[in-house]
Amino acid sequence: MRVIIIGAGQVGSSIAADLDETHEVVVIDCDPERVDELNYSLDVLALHGDGTSVDTLEEADVERADMVIASTDDDETNIVACATAKAISNAFTIARVKNTEYLRTWQRSEKAFGIDFMVCTNLLAAESIVRVVGLPAARDVDPFAGGQVQMAEFEVDEESPVANQTVSEADRFDSLTFAAILRDGEVTIPRGDSVIGPGDRVVVIGSPKSVQGFASSVSPDEPPGTAEEVVIVGGSEIGYHVARLLEERGFKPRLIEHDAERARELAEMLPGTIVMESDATDVDFLEREYIGDADLLVSALDSDEKNLLVSLLAARLGVERTVAVIDTTPYVDLFEAVGVDVGVSPREVVAEEITRFTREGGAENVALIESDKAEVLEIEVDAESVLAGKPIRESVATLPEGVVIGAITRRREFITPRGDTVIEPGDHVVVFVDSCVIDDVTPNL
Amino acid sequence: MKLRVDYRASLRLVGTVLKYLAVPLCFPLVVALYYGESVLPFVVTMAVTVLVGTGLERLADDPDIGAREGFLMVALTWLAVTIVGAIPFLIEAHGIPFVASPIHPESTLGNPVNALFETMSGFTTTGATVLGDISFDSHTRGIMMWRQLTQWLGGMGIVVLAVAILPELSVGGAQLMDAEAPGPGIEKLTPRIAETARALWGAYLGLTVLEIVLLYGLNVTGHAQNMGVYNAIAHGLTTMPTGGFSPEARSIEAFSAAAQWVVIPFMVAAGTNFALFWHVLTGDPKRLFRDTEFKSYLGVIGVVSAILAGILFLGDGLMSVAPAGETYDQLYLEGIRTAIIGNVEPAVRQSVFQVVSIVTTTGYASIDFNAWSAPAQYVLLFAMFIGGSGGSTGGAVKIVRWYVIVKSLRRELFTTAHPEAVRPVRLAGRAVDERAIRGIYAFTLLYLVLFFVSTGLLHLDAARIGFDVSILETMSAVAATLGNVGPGFGVVGPMGSYLDFSNGSKLYMVLLMWVGRLEILPVLVIFTPEYWRR
Repeated sequence: MRVIIIGAGQVGSSIAADLDETHEVVVIDCDPERVDELNYSLDVLALHGDGTSVDTLEEADVERADMVIASTDDDETNIVACATAKAISNAFTIARVKNTEYLRTWQRSEKAFGIDFMVCTNLLAAESIVRVVGLPAARDVDPFAGGQVQMAEFEVDEESPVANQTVSEADRFDSLTFAAILRDGEVTIPRGDSVIGPGDRVVVIGSPKSVQGFASSVSPDEPPGTAEEVVIVGGSEIGYHVARLLEERGFKPRLIEHDAERARELAEMLPGTIVMESDATDVDFLEREYIGDADLLVSALDSDEKNLLVSLLAARLGVERTVAVIDTTPYVDLFEAVGVDVGVSPREVVAEEITRFTREGGAENVALIESDKAEVLEIEVDAESVLAGKPIRESVATLPEGVVIGAITRRREFITPRGDTVIEPGDHVVVFVDSCVIDDVTPNL
Repeated sequence: MKLRVDYRASLRLVGTVLKYLAVPLCFPLVVALYYGESVLPFVVTMAVTVLVGTGLERLADDPDIGAREGFLMVALTWLAVTIVGAIPFLIEAHGIPFVASPIHPESTLGNPVNALFETMSGFTTTGATVLGDISFDSHTRGIMMWRQLTQWLGGMGIVVLAVAILPELSVGGAQLMDAEAPGPGIEKLTPRIAETARALWGAYLGLTVLEIVLLYGLNVTGHAQNMGVYNAIAHGLTTMPTGGFSPEARSIEAFSAAAQWVVIPFMVAAGTNFALFWHVLTGDPKRLFRDTEFKSYLGVIGVVSAILAGILFLGDGLMSVAPAGETYDQLYLEGIRTAIIGNVEPAVRQSVFQVVSIVTTTGYASIDFNAWSAPAQYVLLFAMFIGGSGGSTGGAVKIVRWYVIVKSLRRELFTTAHPEAVRPVRLAGRAVDERAIRGIYAFTLLYLVLFFVSTGLLHLDAARIGFDVSILETMSAVAATLGNVGPGFGVVGPMGSYLDFSNGSKLYMVLLMWVGRLEILPVLVIFTPEYWRR
């Protein structure tokens, strides 16, 4: 497939890096230095130019392209680039936007702007933050098969009752599959007698109810889903969407915003949220409002450093768990190491979403584990798939190590995969795949 | 000093409205013809409206209406139609020298102050009366029909009507309607203001016709003996504007229980925001029950009626002996007691009727509530301040303002505990602009200040002329005129009249009705020097 990526920022480069081995990738950027750098670091063709101009797109041979991904930091540029590409080619166009208004317009008529798929950075980031709420100890939660299946990544600390248990001891849930154990950055596919050590992270796939159940067995002190006290710091677009999505789920979050006008605007848009106008580093204020009693604090300010500061301050005041929005993707690991419980990078989330469209084999949905150590894919099984018409025991034997069938849905019904389960064409299968084997495996599924 | 307000433009438009007042005057004229009465009062008035109107129209060629001119035009229109509208009453009592002799020389409306009071009370849909004798013995049917028609014209608003049908008012029409329409702000239903005005008047006309048909239907089917065509039309014309002028001395008490039950829903409708009817008719009926104001309005009526019904049912709200100085027929009091105490239907009907009538500021009575005791009367005095919905024909403070006040006070309590909290006041999910909240506070405060100051002034003036009224009676008289409710308690009760006040007091109450109908600020503003300055 020939893919043109417009904008070689963090999102564009990360998608390019993900695709360069298997696809013909052309990257367009208006910064000549970045173009130079890309030409050396990745196996792609990087062009210098304006992605919204017909000349540049023709230079990139857009007529032959199968897909155009506009991923600059500017919404309007991305929209115009897609529309231009659509006007002179038949490529599938994907645009990244920040403003949800554009997303709403596009959702109304999926022909709007000549865009075939639109991803909204702020909304996706907010959604991934909100998924973590209600699942204590969860570092990442992703829905699959229209919400019927959940993938969750948990950190097991020393006090957890699950620590030092074997997988078969820990697995007390019918519709739950242990997909992987992550230890020191290494992915292992667990067997019944594998021991879950303290500090490990486990990836489980199952029905939302069983994932919730497992969450409470990882940390029984905090029953999941109970009226959690959530404080959001920063009324950015992400902060706003987090509050809005929590409201939809029946929470009554508190949101702290220091700009008076923005605070008023947010208070008008969010009837179920208590908006407070203050500086989140004002310790007197935080104590007066008992912010330390909160179960979860989301810091969504516009600077990574401030988010780190606020998270650390909150943790010191006694907040159970902190989630920080981190713009600079490489900081995520660092921030999590120094004390932020969950770091969410909007750019990474978007890159993940776009990657799902570029997968061969028709993956419906993709989640990346530990940035790129492994992937969880949702696949609609067709008759040609190696999985179709066979019991799982047989089909897995033909696949390399590092593949776990996590869950199956058939006509929107959840089916727990067992050795003798026969997968039928049309079923949706959620699979965990180690990155080392992903390129061998996905074309066959 | 050069004035910035283009008063000529305002006066010109007042002239236009006045000129067209000749058209509705045809209706009582036809009534007079039908009953073989003199048509002179109406013919002369029509001549005056056309002459004065066209005269004023010559003041300016191409009126340009801004916000300031709008206030002036609306305030003056109401004053002008009141002055001209009083002419038929005066002619009835005095005749025309050398041309025609008086028809009913004994009419109390022969006093120009009384005539002015009655007309202002009519146009502002107050329903307070200075008629000495409400009967066809001392007034012609034509004159009485004019009295009722003034209420109908004033209900949805003369200016709104003018905007609806006069193309010269379409530019600047929104300013005019905003100055006149009850409640904070107007809701444009259609892009063109004239169409919005027509939609509102259409709903108003439709409901009026429906009520007339139903009331007359009761008569035809034998459920309301004395509800003939005249009475059906008269009550249709005075219910929908929340007016309350009944041609019957006993008001709605003169009719059967069935007729009373029919009037209740129309009073409720009259106190509802008419924009909602427009939404219902244009295919969004659910909107009615999603509307916060409408729900609170029904809720308030329900709660207050239930309290009152309880008091009446148990007998605590009814007098057993007339207080000293009152001349109640003991038999009448006994009759009411036996009819209501322990009987559900009369207790419920009487309380719902009176509460709806007072809350919507209609001012009809299905019973002489002077025969109620203090607890029941205080409930009604309280209800006089509630008012109907914004955008309705009802007067007083209005539910929407109370709602916003209560919510913003609750907000104050919250922010006292959490000083950093930012909490907009929400009305049906939408945040209310802080400036609008300030306007609502200012209006309500002014309303209450006017109420207390006026009570004091009227009470002093009554003492000056030796007119014996209690403070409750004076309070009710002020609340009833300022809120355009109509009847109060005691001497100004539903079967009484405002006749015995001094001319000065009555003129003051004319001002109260005028200010109350236009919701204070648009009238008061033209008395400030800042308004006239550049």
